[in-house]
Amino acid sequence: MAHATAHKKPHVLPLKVYLRVGAALLVLTLVTVAVSFVHLGPYNLVVAMLIASLKATLVALFFMHLLYDSKLYFLVFASALGTIALFIVLTLFDTLRRGDIYEEVSRPITPDAVIYSDTARFDTAHGQALPEEGLMPLDTAGIVSPPLDTGEIGEQVDTSDIGRIRTGPGEGGR
Amino acid sequence: MKPSDHDNEHLLHHFSDMDQQRESAKLGMWIFLITELLLFGGLFGFYTFYRAWNPDIFHNAHAALDVRAGTANTIVLILSSVTIALAVRSLQLDRRRRAGKFLLATVALAAVFMVIKYFEYSHKIHLGQLPGKYYHYTGIEGTNPHIFFSVYFTLTGLHGLHVLAGMGFIAWLAIRTFRNHFSAAYFTPVEMAGLYWHLVDMIWIYLFPLLYLVG
Repeated sequence: MAHATAHKKPHVLPLKVYLRVGAALLVLTLVTVAVSFVHLGPYNLVVAMLIASLKATLVALFFMHLLYDSKLYFLVFASALGTIALFIVLTLFDTLRRGDIYEEVSRPITPDAVIYSDTARFDTAHGQALPEEGLMPLDTAGIVSPPLDTGEIGEQVDTSDIGRIRTGPGEGGR
Repeated sequence: MKPSDHDNEHLLHHFSDMDQQRESAKLGMWIFLITELLLFGGLFGFYTFYRAWNPDIFHNAHAALDVRAGTANTIVLILSSVTIALAVRSLQLDRRRRAGKFLLATVALAAVFMVIKYFEYSHKIHLGQLPGKYYHYTGIEGTNPHIFFSVYFTLTGLHGLHVLAGMGFIAWLAIRTFRNHFSAAYFTPVEMAGLYWHLVDMIWIYLFPLLYLVG
């Protein structure tokens, strides 16, 4: 450890720190598996994410040395986590509220759906398939006509919203 | 320059001392790691939005995953994180052969992870539990269960590629360690590999419960 004097501070953690953190991670893994077999409704997800975050924190602080290194690295790391959280939460404001305007129903996406077609051309401005033989025509605004009750499924799939097809009046109000 | 760094052959001319050189490398590595986080962050968004839209699909389809395999892989990956952390510690203490052995152990554990993953994947491919239009399994109730497998294969596939890449360069670092390329005076590449590997472990720590336990 002669080199340690050359550093501002020694970064060598005692062996038992690594072993204890490793043991804690293994125990938490078994706990999260055990809890998943207990029915807690929506709290299963909450508990699983809390345990996962505790494990991730242990890894970051001890294995990745964030607890001992310059705070700059922690700041870089935290900025990325904040960006991801912002990205997901802001997108959820959209995706969770779409049903407020349109009635939504799930319909099967079959292998012949437009989204799987190699030949379908997409209108990138509207995120929708352009008309092709056998497809319902689009109007000038690039909006898919309302699906018919007897219509073939898969043909009018809105590619921006895979797995959902909008029905009823108010179609195209974007 | 610190007196002790004068004759350190690893000190590049544009750094004033080894500490500065090492900390610069580490900052660069952390910036690389956040690009990785943002890459996976988008896919965690993929998971979140489609789960919010299709809670029943996720609930029904996640039962098709093997919790034992997932748990085993989690344990294997945690152990590999411990071994690479101990490899870095061994180099800090200038125990080079031991460090090389810890790196080899890390590669071996990563290989175990990939073998388990291989069996999981081949089982799903056999059953037709595949993403998108390739899905032809009939044992899961609900509309569009293939959405779950699109999420599953995208997330675990990208993570698996990271494990494979990690195996490659950790094996290379193990060879270099046995050839005495690293010592207590210079082991930055091993330390950076450790940071990368811990991040791969950390991502799996979230993937495991999200896909196998509460899907």
